[in-house]
Amino acid sequence: MTNDSHPEGGMETLTTRVLVIGGGATGTGIMRDLALRGIHAILIDKKDLCAGASGGNHGLLHSGARYVYSDPHSAKECREEGDLLKRLAPQCIEDTGGLFVAVKGDDESFIEKFPELCAAASIDCEKISVERARELEPCLSEDLIASYRVPDATIDPFRLALEQVNHARTINNSLYYSHTGVDRFEVENGRIVAAVCTDFAHDRNIRIVAEQYINASGAWAMNIARMAGCADVNVLYSKGTLLITNDRIAKMVINRLRPPGDGDILVPGGTVSVLGTTSVRTEQLENVRPTVAEVNLNIKEGSPMVPELANTRYIRAFSRIRPLVQSGDGGDDRDVARSFSLVDHEDQGLGNFCTITGGKLTTFRLMAEKTVDLVAARMGIDAPCKTKTEPLSYGKSSRWTEPGAAPRVWYKANNPDDYILCECEMVPQSAIDDIVDAPPEGEEVMTLEAIALRSRAGKGPCQGSFCSMRIASYLYDRGYYRDRSGLQHMKGFLNERFKGLRSIIWGQQMAQMELAEALHCGLLGLDQIDSEEVDNA
Amino acid sequence: MSTTMKQEERAFETEMAVVGTGIAGVAASIFALNRGISVSLAGNTGSLAYTTGYLDLMGSFEKKNFAHVDDPWQAVAALAVEDPDHPLAAIDVADIKTAFTDFVAFISACGIAYTHPAEENLTAMSPVGTVKKTLCVPKTMMAGVTAYAEKSRCVIIDFRGLRGFSGAQIVANLGPDWPQLRHERITVPGMLHTEIYPEVLARTLEVPDNREVFAEAVKRVAGDAEAIGMPAVLGMHDPDKTRAELERLIGVPLFEIPTMPPSVPGIRLREMVEQYFPQKGVTLIPQQKVTKIALSDDAAVLHTADNYGPIRIVAKTVVLATGRFISGGLEAEVERIREPLLDLPVTQPETRDQWYRQQYMGRIGHDVHKAGIEVDGSFRPLAGTGKPAHERLFAAGILLAHQDWIRSRSGAGIAIATAYKAVEAAAQLLGK
Repeated sequence: MTNDSHPEGGMETLTTRVLVIGGGATGTGIMRDLALRGIHAILIDKKDLCAGASGGNHGLLHSGARYVYSDPHSAKECREEGDLLKRLAPQCIEDTGGLFVAVKGDDESFIEKFPELCAAASIDCEKISVERARELEPCLSEDLIASYRVPDATIDPFRLALEQVNHARTINNSLYYSHTGVDRFEVENGRIVAAVCTDFAHDRNIRIVAEQYINASGAWAMNIARMAGCADVNVLYSKGTLLITNDRIAKMVINRLRPPGDGDILVPGGTVSVLGTTSVRTEQLENVRPTVAEVNLNIKEGSPMVPELANTRYIRAFSRIRPLVQSGDGGDDRDVARSFSLVDHEDQGLGNFCTITGGKLTTFRLMAEKTVDLVAARMGIDAPCKTKTEPLSYGKSSRWTEPGAAPRVWYKANNPDDYILCECEMVPQSAIDDIVDAPPEGEEVMTLEAIALRSRAGKGPCQGSFCSMRIASYLYDRGYYRDRSGLQHMKGFLNERFKGLRSIIWGQQMAQMELAEALHCGLLGLDQIDSEEVDNA
Repeated sequence: MSTTMKQEERAFETEMAVVGTGIAGVAASIFALNRGISVSLAGNTGSLAYTTGYLDLMGSFEKKNFAHVDDPWQAVAALAVEDPDHPLAAIDVADIKTAFTDFVAFISACGIAYTHPAEENLTAMSPVGTVKKTLCVPKTMMAGVTAYAEKSRCVIIDFRGLRGFSGAQIVANLGPDWPQLRHERITVPGMLHTEIYPEVLARTLEVPDNREVFAEAVKRVAGDAEAIGMPAVLGMHDPDKTRAELERLIGVPLFEIPTMPPSVPGIRLREMVEQYFPQKGVTLIPQQKVTKIALSDDAAVLHTADNYGPIRIVAKTVVLATGRFISGGLEAEVERIREPLLDLPVTQPETRDQWYRQQYMGRIGHDVHKAGIEVDGSFRPLAGTGKPAHERLFAAGILLAHQDWIRSRSGAGIAIATAYKAVEAAAQLLGK
């Protein structure tokens, strides 16, 4: 379907039917939905899969109970989508179940209303005794005053995105280009005729020509829409900061039974738990990092519900921007409706461009469906949406993001020459081989960061301090690196991981950090690799 | 249900109790022995195994944008003007030189030969193909320093099954400036389908028969090399003999490159301390942490325990060489850094937000590394009053404030030089 390069002013042109901008849950979901309807697409992301809010959340597949109070419509959508995904994408989901719990001092009138609000949204909500709740989750506070069981679950957004891209590629060779961002649109007679993009990995420009252009860039949606001359997308930026614990503290999702606030959800994710989130309105879209104050706030607010959060070891914090679709001027961003917004831009004079933003991870599939309904209709294609019925594919090289998958496959294969490179998460050479040899979405330039995104490498307590060295040396062995770029990637990877460490370094993590820095700087001299020549001069 | 036997507390008397078994504690014990001071050494010997074997004095100069240092003596002499709070700023260069010379002489006599401190820093290789400036290296590594300096015909050998060490990586990074550098991979005889742990291989190579087959495997890929480098695996207890025997069999100078910590050169130092220090007269209480120190006018009483029960050390002087966070000499609470053993005041940034910069591996170091305890001119820790906490208490090593051992490549230098001065001051008190 894609016409290969034909130079035009020295710029390579790629042709497809639909260009999808943004490799989050929604963008990759759109790509798969299009493929299932027989429509070829190119997906681009200026960074890589799940680089925005899709990769920076709790990984919570909402039952909807969280929204019954503030946004009943979203609550119902979450319930329906959650049920559907549990059936069709079980490889990305752990059906943990969830609890809503209140502690002494929480608003009792809110607690009373909760079951009926859930019932109104058809969400199963079972009142259980606080003793039973503490049996199920011994980490819960002794000060519990109410608890309800709901069908919350967890979802791995990285696996989801990888599988969706992989599925689309398998169906009709739809393509994904990472590190490719839009610079401008060429517009003629009310239609976009091409997107001029920068391919950052190869430091070149490319033109992508399509019939339809979909802006699924999440928090960046307003910027992309403006590039196309559309002023009808208004996104509020809400910064959320979350913490990852060293151990899995609870088996189930634990929510504080009160109006949504800071640090009130604790979600298991494989071998760890994720605590969050804060919510701060910001104007800044790039380089968002967790602050010490946000970390402290999450812990302060989370510990009345789960006391050990005050003393446990944290291995990472992360922040992302949630895109909230503006409607009026609400106070707390959590009160802004979490529903999504599909803008067809027709009143802006464009007939082949649309924007999908807002919403939440749990409803990504529905967002993709509605978007592709619009686009397919515009193209005169009368194919029904299949993502409601078609199970998600199961790709061989997409499997490495799942906690515990790497050691399981490694142990089963029992190959004595297959050494473990990341000891915290037990990622073997063969996993790295899989990812480098057959990246699920055809990534060409495989950096340490790209490998980490596609596996569990660097996600354990050492946060890549040691495995980055082992993986780099392995990639040198394989001839993948032949010059200093491997060390530069290692430095870049470690600098990147540090953004998530800086605000949570105390206790044991301080000793870990000191050891890592002594290795990286004191022995390996990575702090000096870029300017060594200058210093010697 | 308690089946604990009643264990008798044992008590030792000593003139000097050294707390901490990193380089500073080991150095303090050596300097005490050299002065005829009876000494006990207690601590968890773990951190020595994390040292690389390289003994840095100063590899980068902070106040000159962390430029590489060729002449470390000139650099430490410049501290008095450029960085007067630095713990080395108050020490005569001649004393630092004596301290280094005495330290390497002692450990060389214990079976791990080191190069003598020279006028200039050596340039030594790292396992990823970078180089670093250091003052003294184990003799097992010296041929690598020479080969790098001369850019001679050299082959880096790595082993199938040893993770985190790639000859290809070293050549990819050093090769552009060193055309005669190449790499080869060998299968260690008898270790075809097993993961290789450097520590195990090092012990294996102490056996003459194993050395012979290993030497054959190396010879096959040596070609016309004038020097052969490999991960640090050349024996554990007598590395110089292991190296000499292998060189005799192979016919080419060999050198080691440190591996990821804990690496063989660090483990050698730890085992050397455990094996030789008691023979040399040190009362060694290894693998144990001192839990409490009570200071009085007459003596200091230190409490620790081993498998046989509680131990009390009654000492005339104490040298605190407990290190930083890795070894527990400092502890980071959520908002505050403390010294856990005596609760000495710790100079530190005001809030946690100031501990680390935004950029991890920028050239400039993080303020948390400058945190530490303050000492007077005799290396006595200061109490909150600004006066020495106790006349019998001294401190040495990277526990001291106002230095960044990581960015300056000066950990061993600070440890050895401040230990020398702390022992000197304690000796004065003891009348030795």
